[in-house]
Amino acid sequence: MALRGDWMYENNGGTCVAIAGIDYCVVAADTRLSVGYNILTRDHSKICSLADKVVLASSGFQGDIRALHKNLAARHLLYQHQHNKQMSCPAMGQLLSNTLYYKRFFPYYAFNVLGGLDNEGKGCVFTYDAVGSYERVGYSAQGSGSSLIMPVLDNQLKSPSPLLLPARDAVTPLSETEAVDLVKDVFASATERDIYTGDKLEIVVINASGIKREYLELRKD
Amino acid sequence: MFRNQYDTDVTTWSPAGRLFQVEYAMEAVKQGSAAVGLRSKTHAVLGAVNKAASDLASHQRKLFRADQHVGVAIAGLTADGRVLSRFLRNECINHSFVYESPLPVSRLVVQLADKAQVCTQRSWKRPFGVGLLVAGLDETGAHLYYNCPSGNYFEYQAFAIGSRSQAAKTFLERRFQEYDTYSREDLIKDALFAIKETLQGEKLTAQLCTVAIVGEGEAFHIIDQQTIQEYIDAMELSTGGPDEEAAAAAPPSAEAQEGGEGASSEPAPMDI
Repeated sequence: MALRGDWMYENNGGTCVAIAGIDYCVVAADTRLSVGYNILTRDHSKICSLADKVVLASSGFQGDIRALHKNLAARHLLYQHQHNKQMSCPAMGQLLSNTLYYKRFFPYYAFNVLGGLDNEGKGCVFTYDAVGSYERVGYSAQGSGSSLIMPVLDNQLKSPSPLLLPARDAVTPLSETEAVDLVKDVFASATERDIYTGDKLEIVVINASGIKREYLELRKD
Repeated sequence: MFRNQYDTDVTTWSPAGRLFQVEYAMEAVKQGSAAVGLRSKTHAVLGAVNKAASDLASHQRKLFRADQHVGVAIAGLTADGRVLSRFLRNECINHSFVYESPLPVSRLVVQLADKAQVCTQRSWKRPFGVGLLVAGLDETGAHLYYNCPSGNYFEYQAFAIGSRSQAAKTFLERRFQEYDTYSREDLIKDALFAIKETLQGEKLTAQLCTVAIVGEGEAFHIIDQQTIQEYIDAMELSTGGPDEEAAAAAPPSAEAQEGGEGASSEPAPMDI
């Protein structure tokens, strides 16, 4: 690969997905860390538990991702000291957007998906680009396998246009187990064709009783 | 302390080599409501009296968490205390961010003391009017420090600051030798008793005080009122304090006998 002396980023690959449900949220990411055609490790978590009801999954350049997660964790601690409570998912969503735009002219090479429960206890997913443009959605995929996964999620989860009345919820009516099964299926499919996705899948489910973690083996080739 | 011609500026020495403004700042600490701190090898407890300006007002916060492993109790100008707590929180977060480990308590108090010292050597500043009891746990065990407005800091096994703190200090002086091996419950009880000493006659209730603890396996947190009230009730079952429990165990049985023998004799007045 032709390397510029001043190229400061690296793509470590990986895919992240999040799905919002009525009273839960599923956030999942594979655990493969790659550089070029090499695998650096099969066991690297891209998911960061920021608050009681907020989980962030990011793919892209791991150096920037690690720094971004640390940054947000420190800001959350400060928030807790000042307000004596945990940050809500929408609040963290805005904070992440601002943090990303702050480095508009030297961006975090991180493609983020933020999942959690909103103030009413409903599932909440925010999807971002590298410089902080964000939107609340019912589901999203980011990273190297996103173009393989997103069409499948659209097929299974897409609701009619929000312009139609009566207003319909963006969150999926699927149950928690159905959503987790869907996530496992899409990752298994993405692993087949995306070389940067595989090894192991980390699934985090946030619901009223807290945060639960689950792992699934994926193809290692 | 009388007004004199050397006390206008913090940057003016007196002929006796004193900085009066700094000493006046320490007076401000003595005016604040009391705060106590004590520690064992593994735990440190902070307590404070909640005095409200009037019955209509709520009391001011005197206990602040700086990090999982450190907290402070303040006495004096609470506004200064709040600002310094924010400083402490920032320092802890910055250290954790860079070194991925909790800031050792001894370093935190040095940074705080240096900040206080700056205000004793600038003509456009005034010293902070607040004393801080810093309690924390790090690799070297549990610690309790006292930070003065002067920029000095001292490590203590147990200490009390604020108004009527001398009564608490007298109590603590009698008992501090054993604190190293005290259990966490005994530390809390002694803290409550020390607070009670500063109230001098007023009945101690959970509304009147705040207690926080930090220790091995226990992040810094303020103990809820319910639990505190239970400790107080357990303490007040004996007429006096913890060291009179043994003495109190004997008289009640003697009094019960007297009460049975002479129905006309009145029970001895319980004065607490």
